[in-house]
Amino acid sequence: MSKNSDIAIEAMKASKALMIEEPLLFEQGAEGRMGVDLPAPPAHKPRTGAMRRVGKIGLPGLSEPEVVRHYTRLSQKNFGIDSAFYPLGSCTMKHNPRINEKAARMAGFADIHPLQPTSTVQGALELIDRLAHWLKMLTGMPAVAMSPGAGAHGEFCGMAVIKKALEAKGEKRHKVLVPESAHGTNPATAAALGFAVESIPANEKGRVDLKALQAKLGPDVAALMLTNPNTCGLFEGDIVAIAEMVHKAGAYFYCDGANFNAIVGRVRPADLGIDVMHINLHKTFSTPHGGGGPGAGPVVMAESLAPYAPMPYVVHDAKGFRLIEQAADAGNNKPFGRIKGFNGQMGMFVRALAYILSHGADGLWQVSSDAVLNANYILASLKDVMSAPFEGPCMHEALFDDRFLKDTTLSTLDIAKALIDRGFHPMTMYFPLVVHGAFLIEPTETESKETLDAFIAALRDLAHEAKRGNKELFKAAPHFTPRRRLDETRAARQPVLRWTPPAASTEDGESADDSEPEPRRVQAGR
Amino acid sequence: MGQPRYTKEHEWARIEGDVAVCGISDYAQKAMGDVVYVELPVIGKKVKQGEQVAVVESAKAASEVYAPVDGEIVAVNDVLSKDPGKVNAAAQSDGWFFKIKTAANGNELMDESAYQNYVKGLAH
Amino acid sequence: MRYLPLTVSDRKQMLATIGARGVDDLFRDVPIKARLKGPIEGLSLHMPEFEVERELAALAAKNVAAGSCPFFVGAGAYRHHVPTSVDHILLRGEFLTSYTPYQPEVAQGTLQYLFEFQTQVAMLTGMEIANASLYDGPTAAAEAVMMANRITGRKRAVISGSLHPHYRETIETMGRMTGFACAAGSPSPFAEENIAARIDDNTSCVVVQTPDFFGRLHDFTALSKICEAKGALLVIAVTEVVSLGMLKPPGAMGADIVVCEGQGLGNNLNFGGPYVGLFACKEKHIRQMPGRVCGETVDAEGKRGFVLTLSTREQHIRREKATSNICTNSGLCALGFTIHLSLLGEAGLMKLAELNHAKACQLAEKLTSVSGCKVLNETFFNEFTLQLPKPASEIVEKLAKLPILAGVPVSRLCPGDKALENLLLVTATELTQEKDMDALIKALTEACR
Repeated sequence: MSKNSDIAIEAMKASKALMIEEPLLFEQGAEGRMGVDLPAPPAHKPRTGAMRRVGKIGLPGLSEPEVVRHYTRLSQKNFGIDSAFYPLGSCTMKHNPRINEKAARMAGFADIHPLQPTSTVQGALELIDRLAHWLKMLTGMPAVAMSPGAGAHGEFCGMAVIKKALEAKGEKRHKVLVPESAHGTNPATAAALGFAVESIPANEKGRVDLKALQAKLGPDVAALMLTNPNTCGLFEGDIVAIAEMVHKAGAYFYCDGANFNAIVGRVRPADLGIDVMHINLHKTFSTPHGGGGPGAGPVVMAESLAPYAPMPYVVHDAKGFRLIEQAADAGNNKPFGRIKGFNGQMGMFVRALAYILSHGADGLWQVSSDAVLNANYILASLKDVMSAPFEGPCMHEALFDDRFLKDTTLSTLDIAKALIDRGFHPMTMYFPLVVHGAFLIEPTETESKETLDAFIAALRDLAHEAKRGNKELFKAAPHFTPRRRLDETRAARQPVLRWTPPAASTEDGESADDSEPEPRRVQAGR
Repeated sequence: MGQPRYTKEHEWARIEGDVAVCGISDYAQKAMGDVVYVELPVIGKKVKQGEQVAVVESAKAASEVYAPVDGEIVAVNDVLSKDPGKVNAAAQSDGWFFKIKTAANGNELMDESAYQNYVKGLAH
Repeated sequence: MRYLPLTVSDRKQMLATIGARGVDDLFRDVPIKARLKGPIEGLSLHMPEFEVERELAALAAKNVAAGSCPFFVGAGAYRHHVPTSVDHILLRGEFLTSYTPYQPEVAQGTLQYLFEFQTQVAMLTGMEIANASLYDGPTAAAEAVMMANRITGRKRAVISGSLHPHYRETIETMGRMTGFACAAGSPSPFAEENIAARIDDNTSCVVVQTPDFFGRLHDFTALSKICEAKGALLVIAVTEVVSLGMLKPPGAMGADIVVCEGQGLGNNLNFGGPYVGLFACKEKHIRQMPGRVCGETVDAEGKRGFVLTLSTREQHIRREKATSNICTNSGLCALGFTIHLSLLGEAGLMKLAELNHAKACQLAEKLTSVSGCKVLNETFFNEFTLQLPKPASEIVEKLAKLPILAGVPVSRLCPGDKALENLLLVTATELTQEKDMDALIKALTEACR
């Protein structure tokens, strides 16, 4: 028997009911097996010159049933929003409507090529234009760049237009101000564009310290990057004053729109004085998180920044819809360039528009209302047993710190892992960095009161167990998951990023390679 | 062997003649958790006190390491590339990071008891 | 509203618990002037599913789908058959609605498929390691250049004239905005480029492509030695990932970094996105590699498991010192890719590649009968450059009315160059039928008269 089938059989033996052990693809299958059927190629004279591959690629061969089973079994080891409450702060884990998926798969959207003649894709361009219109109306901003492929990409785009606008004015401003509480993408983006990043501390109310901000504003500041509501889940009440301060100093006001779900449909960022904001379609507008992506990060902009938006973009005139793909066709606009291939994340645009049309202006009003209500309900229901660093009300997410765990030797991590055993996905841990051992809970509007009550009850119980010294419950958690706590130190010290075929064995079956002992592949029996 | 002197950024320096052996303190390694990687400076690099010269990484965090004294890097601890865990096991002896050739005497840095007091005073 | 579970009674109880009179109370930090009194005017109100479907179907109907007519469009995005199982698996809620696997105990599904994906990408490209994907091919190419800049300490990228223009433009935009220089050659299918002559002691990397923008196949082994001698890294881009099923992989040519567009497997054309950027490199550069990466480890019981690792390169930890500001990988698209490739397997991928090439050869052969048209390529995989007697864009517009989607005029991506005006990029895949080819021949013969 080949080594492969040994491993596959061992895994099957180790599985118990729905506690699944599943080997790697490469540990399964057989040479020559295929999960597709393909016709024989027509007779032809090859035109590959001397460029044919020599030797094997090394891929395993599996039939369709084996592949479907493999991924189905893998999926059963995952939590999704569809599985359980998933209150990751700052991620907006709201329900992903399936009509979005149906719409995205309509042949007229899924089966069109980005470089077809624009006369053959007028519907696609119109869709992008309609979504752009909604985003402008919801934010109150006059222009939007649709091409960025994710939130961080949108941040790059937003800061790039600021840089270009300053260059065009001949102004040399090299600093960007970023609150201490900001998400890491903010300073990373600013630094990538060559700006020096300076931190603004928070005041005791968790908001930007206005005095500190005023002190740092000067003729060398290009922009302030602010998240609003901020990463502590609090609305920056002084935001209009902040915008005035920033503009008076000749700088631009960048708003990180990651938390837009708190105010969508109820407050327009333009009314707060911002100049540019990226929107995460995969947060506020429900496009699926998909285990890490893809996202989409359109950027709304003020008139002063709009001319610098990247290519390509859609224009609508008497002749219909057109794509501007070349600087020469941009007229008076001065796009700073192209940041991605082709036309942008069309598949996410279709989904976002389906979501927006489903909700309408009244539905979106209700979205932010319920999102904020749910978060405040959680804050009010837990603040007597957990420690909240800031007075409520909060916006769409509730922040706690680890002061309530003082004297227990337990940490935020321990609580989170125990929460998994209670059937919930943990909240965001250790972010924002401005409080110690942060717990950031964002329920979103798509959760019922019953779910929130169950979650609150679980956390109250865990807080109680922690304070009464029940360390055992926590230290070995989670207990009921396909894998227990994983050794992240080992993964970082000895990175193994791929499967490699086992070294050729010697006669008696021992590995010729005698480096570190390998982890046990599967555990047979328990 | 000289006594270690400490910086506010939790580096230590043990000055032996004109060479300062440097690393991060035991307090720092505990705060970092398991060290997974250390980025060391190039030999020959001239450094100023307080300048960033190395990076120490755990699975979840990365911290800058600053030169405790002025001078020139004359040696780095190659052991750490194969065994970063040495920083946790022996932060103030075998887990040293680099050696600086220096004219400084380190008197302006904190001595053992001053550093322990400093650490106690850090609110947590 | 079907996605909002809270009832009037729920809200009342919750407000009582909070101690607020109404939801407006909770928005008290919002400046009064910025508080809207009600839903934004001028926008439609909520709609039942069937109305949403109707609206969007109407927009979809205004587009000519590739499957509805003879289709020969490529130039960096390729129409392949995605097996039905792929979508069924993708749509499972545990994959579709899960987040980045930061809690690995409840994300072993995601982490294992990422580990398998990284292995597949390394195998296909012939490289040692790969990451968990980036946004697309062009952004992956830009990240490769920035990585080469960091590694070599230099800031000048030499870019082949035969690199897909979107890749070149994205790199050049990043260069302008983040501060590095680019020396790009002019695109031309008529002459062989002397890229080695442009490499100097300030060059951090050389970026080339095979099959190139015009469809030609190249062996960059000799170039890799020149780069090595100059201390520059060789970055090879592959825009049609299926080509790796039958061609010499970039790793075997001595590439230091390989970037690919992975769209061709497991992903629809989707009018240009979302796509999936593949990124592979030598193991010694592991700490400079951008993007997410999944690694093998063990759990508390000694069982093999997977986690995201080497996170200290990333923005959420290094902030302004990160290797890149990237936060996302192209999760679902990478999943589609890996499922499709699993279904193909070694034998299936090779067969698929053979079939694509055979179809393109068949098409090229038929095109010899169209007077005034000439296939310029000596070598190609499934795409080649056709020289027409008139501007290609006019012919494409004409044929689009039939409808036949005849290919991509080179002038669309390389405007203003008279020498390229009459050139058309034509692609055939396993989905191209002989009757499509005959229809194209007929229409071209007519249009070129």
